Order: sequence, then C-alpha cells, then structure tokens
Amino acid sequence: MNIATFTSKRFLVPGVLVLIVVLLATAPLYTRPGTVPLMTTILMYVILAVSWTMFSGPTGYISLASAAFFGVGIYTSALLFKQEAELLPLPAVILIGGLVASCFAIIVGLATLRLRGIYFTMFSFGLLELARRLIQYYEFNITGTRGRYVATIGVDTAYYLMLAVVVATLLTAYLIMRSRYGLAMQGIGKGEEAAEHMGVNTTAVKVITFAISAFFMGATGALVATRWLYIDPTIAFNLNYSFLPLLMAIVGGVGQLYGPVIGAFAFAYLRYALVSIAPYYFMLIFGGIMVVVVVFLPGGLASLIERGRHRLGGVTAKLWKGGQAEQHANT
Amino acid sequence: MVPKIIFEGILWGGIYALVAMGFSLQYGVARVLNLAHGEFIMFAAFSSLSLYVLFGISPLFSLVIVSLGLGIIGFLLHSTLFRRLLRSSPSSAAFESSSLLAAFGLLFLIQAVAKIIWPGLPWRVTFLAYPITILGVQVLVNQVVALSFAIAIALAFYFFLARTRMGKAIRAAAEDRATARFMGINTNRVLALCFGLGAALAGFAGVLYSMCYSVSTTMGMDQTLMAIIVVVLGGLGSIPGAFIGGMILGIISQILNWTEPVLAMPAFYVIFIILLLVRPTGIMGKR
Repeated sequence: MNIATFTSKRFLVPGVLVLIVVLLATAPLYTRPGTVPLMTTILMYVILAVSWTMFSGPTGYISLASAAFFGVGIYTSALLFKQEAELLPLPAVILIGGLVASCFAIIVGLATLRLRGIYFTMFSFGLLELARRLIQYYEFNITGTRGRYVATIGVDTAYYLMLAVVVATLLTAYLIMRSRYGLAMQGIGKGEEAAEHMGVNTTAVKVITFAISAFFMGATGALVATRWLYIDPTIAFNLNYSFLPLLMAIVGGVGQLYGPVIGAFAFAYLRYALVSIAPYYFMLIFGGIMVVVVVFLPGGLASLIERGRHRLGGVTAKLWKGGQAEQHANT
Repeated sequence: MVPKIIFEGILWGGIYALVAMGFSLQYGVARVLNLAHGEFIMFAAFSSLSLYVLFGISPLFSLVIVSLGLGIIGFLLHSTLFRRLLRSSPSSAAFESSSLLAAFGLLFLIQAVAKIIWPGLPWRVTFLAYPITILGVQVLVNQVVALSFAIAIALAFYFFLARTRMGKAIRAAAEDRATARFMGINTNRVLALCFGLGAALAGFAGVLYSMCYSVSTTMGMDQTLMAIIVVVLGGLGSIPGAFIGGMILGIISQILNWTEPVLAMPAFYVIFIILLLVRPTGIMGKR
C-alpha cells in the first residue's frame, strides 16, 4: 500500500465532496432549529461568490454588478410567484429568474465588455443604481405602488432548492474551468491581445461567461425572494450583494474553485455572528481583512491551503521514503 | 426659476468638478481607480462639521486643515499600501485590478469608521445661511462662498499642473512612468503626491459640500458614482475634462432634479452608455 494513493486527488477529493453533500443534504434532520435558515443564507453567499469568480476570477474584469442580477432575479420571482395565484411552479420561476438575469447580462456585456477592464468596472458599479431607479420610477409613476409581496415556501424546501443550485453552480464552474472556455478566459486575463491573436473570440467568450455567471445570481435571487415575504427596490437592489461576494471571493482566493466557497462560509458566518452585536465593526473587520489579503496574500486563503498541502505532501513523501529505506536496512 | 436652477447647477458642477479632478488624477497618474474616493469626501464633510460644532472652527478654516490632513493620509496610503502593490504586480493591468481591490477594502474601512464615530441621522449645520440677491437671483451666502472657492481651487490646481516644475513632473509621470524615471524624476514620490493631492481635492469638495447640504455616512457611494460618470464624460485622466464634465453634469442634474428627480441617474447612464459606445476616451481625452 502506498500512502500517496490516499492523499492523491483521485480518491480523496470525490470522496470528501460526496461526504460534504450528504452531510449538507441530511442537515435538516439533525441540526437545531434556526440552523437551516442560517445555512440557506450561507449557501446563497456561496453561489454569489462562486458565480462572481466564474467570470471575474480568470479574466480579471472586476464586476460590481452582482447585486443587479440578483435583484433582477428577485423581481422576476415577485412577478411570477404571487401569494394570490401562483402562476408557475417554483423551479420554473428560479429558472426564469436566471434566464432574465442572463439576458440582462448579455445586453450589458455587449455594450461594455469590448472596452478595457477599467471601463467595465466603472460601468458595473452604477448598474445597480440604474436598475433600482428605473424600477422605482416604474412602480411610482406607472403602477402607482411601492414594493410587492411574494408567496413563501417552507424553510426546508428553500434549503434543498438552494443546495441544488449550489451543486449546479459548482459543477458549472468546474466544467467551465476545465474546458477550452476556461483556458480562453485565463488567456484573456493574462494578455487579452495575445489571446485574440491566438484566435480566441474574446468578446464572445467574455459575454457568454458573464451571462452564465449572471444566470446563477438571478436564480438565487428568485429563490431567496420566496423567503423574504416582502420586497421593494431598495431591498432587492442592495449594494451589499455586489460587495460581499467580491470580498468573500477575493479573501477566499479566486485561483481555486474552493477558494470562494471557503470565503463565503467564513464571512457569511462572521456576518451572522457579528451583525446584531456590532453592525459597524464587522464592516471594519471585513475591510481590514480585504486590504491585508490584497497586499500580503494575493492568492487568498486558498493559496495558503495549497502551500500547506504541498508542504504536507512533501513531508508524507519523505516519511514514506524514510520508512522504505529503513526496511531495506533491516533486511 | 431658470436662473436659480442654473446657479444651483453651476454650484453642483463646481463640487463635482473638484470630486472628479481628484478621482481623475488618482487614476490618470497613480493608476488607482479609487472606489473609496467618495468615502474620503464623506469623511472630510463630517470632520469639518465636527470641528465646527465642537470647537467652533469655521468651515472656511477647516477647508485648509481637513484637506491638508486628508492629503497627508493619501500620501502615506500610497507610499505604504499602493507602492507595495505596485512593486509586487507583474504588469500594469495587474496593478490596476489589485489596487482597485485594495481601494474597495478601504471603502469598507472608512465607511465603518465613519459610522462608528458619527452614528445616526444625516447632519446639517447652518453656516452663513442668509439670502442675498445677485443679478436678480436670490441665493444663500454659503452657496456663493462654496462656489467661488470651488472655482478658485480648481483654477489653482490647473495652474499648478500646467505651470510649475512639480506639475511638469506629474504630467511626465502620467505620460510614461519609466521614461520619467530615466529623466531623474522621483516617480515614487510623484505618484504618492498625486494620490495625496487627489485625497486633498476630495477634502476640499467634502468641506464645501458640508457648508451647503446635509451629509450622511452613506453619501460617499453617490459621490464616487458621480465622479466616475464625470470622468468618463471628460476623459479618464484629463483634468480640464473633469472640470468641464463636472460643470455639464452639474447643470443637467439640477434641470433633471427640477423636472423628474428619479430619472436623473438613468439619464446620466444613458449619456454614459452613448459615450462609451461612441467615444470611450471622453470629450477631452486623447486617443
């Protein structure tokens, strides 16, 4: 038997993943009441952080528009999933929420993704404000209302649906990372002109990935709306849903798929624990951590883990070799 | 009514111009897209009001103190944080995105500090708030004072860049950092100075703003957004462009505020999108 067989990715990683999914899927059976809503929120941040990384991680085009797509999903849900008459079943609503967000992303992407990254970032910064004002204007002047009620679903149902979206997001992110698209995006991040000369249709790659990442943000929004009961433009288009996923992804590390997941878990829990005791200090802590990570640890927490794993791998290999040598000496 | 709107528009334009000039300088020379720019403005506004309320220091005097303080903070921030990032970044594009992220962290930090120091409702302090009539338009004295200071500061800053040796060094560093360095310019100091000057301009804008309008800890985001739109209108990195763009948007925003306030931001966005598609370098920008 070789100890390296167990530490190799081939068996360890799928095994651990299956274990985690099983543990998460059975969570409502054994956890205390109150844990499931918290976990739903954490999973929501996981989706937002991973889907943000899907596009912005490899390409380096920093998007501050997550909340806009999230909000579009929320509003789609509010229109289609009403208390009085449920027009469509929830999974369909989630799907449509995602698709509407994707279409929005395609329009935005076609207008701005041809330009340099800095213009894209500046544009995305205000996109949220634009969407919010337009809906406010529409509600105020045309329908004459403010805010809407959304039909609610059970705590466990929401949790399971969220878990399904998480699995779908992670799978998509993994497949994109491993595909030609992922490679093309990394090329764009490393040197866009060079990638173009290699025959990559950079605009198409960027717009498509941007739309895919927006799909998951919109789907999450459509699902989350069903737990919020009441929404209005200020609730649905909240800047925090742009800022927090970015923070989580950067601190977790965008180089590895699990980086944003770790970041989302850590920050979402920290936020939950601190937001009622010290609402402003948690922002202070988040900002401080962000600056420190950007300056001293550009790869995020994931790069620390990778470094640790390499060192650990080296140690186990050495131990194994040492043991073999000892056996040889004994015989 | 129309002259009044135009006057208010020019006043807002002057403040926007200062905001955008600082933002443009920080990006144009130091290559930092400072998303925390608006937070510096907010911080300056609250500092000035606190000095006025606690110690009775006139905002006209704290215009100097607060801006100087912010300028020093900006200089130190660049010479520690951003210089380190610049050294460790493999390319200028990598520096642009990592400095953007660092500025994003600063946004959270500064806003949190401000919310801890000045919790609660927006502040409003009346300073020189009595009306006078100029050219048949009734305006408040503090508005006239703020507008004249804004224009004076903007002009002084323009001549500093255009006429002095330091200004020449700054323009050289903006044009081509490596060559500027070969010519014997201490580029590290120039970049830090530019970031500091940008922060000082934010300080001026914040203090002048607090003289006329109520301030809140969440106002920074709107200021940054305005700065972005003005800078895209005027051309990223162009100082005269920032001034002209600020004036144009100031007047447009007041006209829209008078007719349809909710649509002001969408209207700016339409301008923004058209500009990006037609002329991404802005009205004063170079190709």
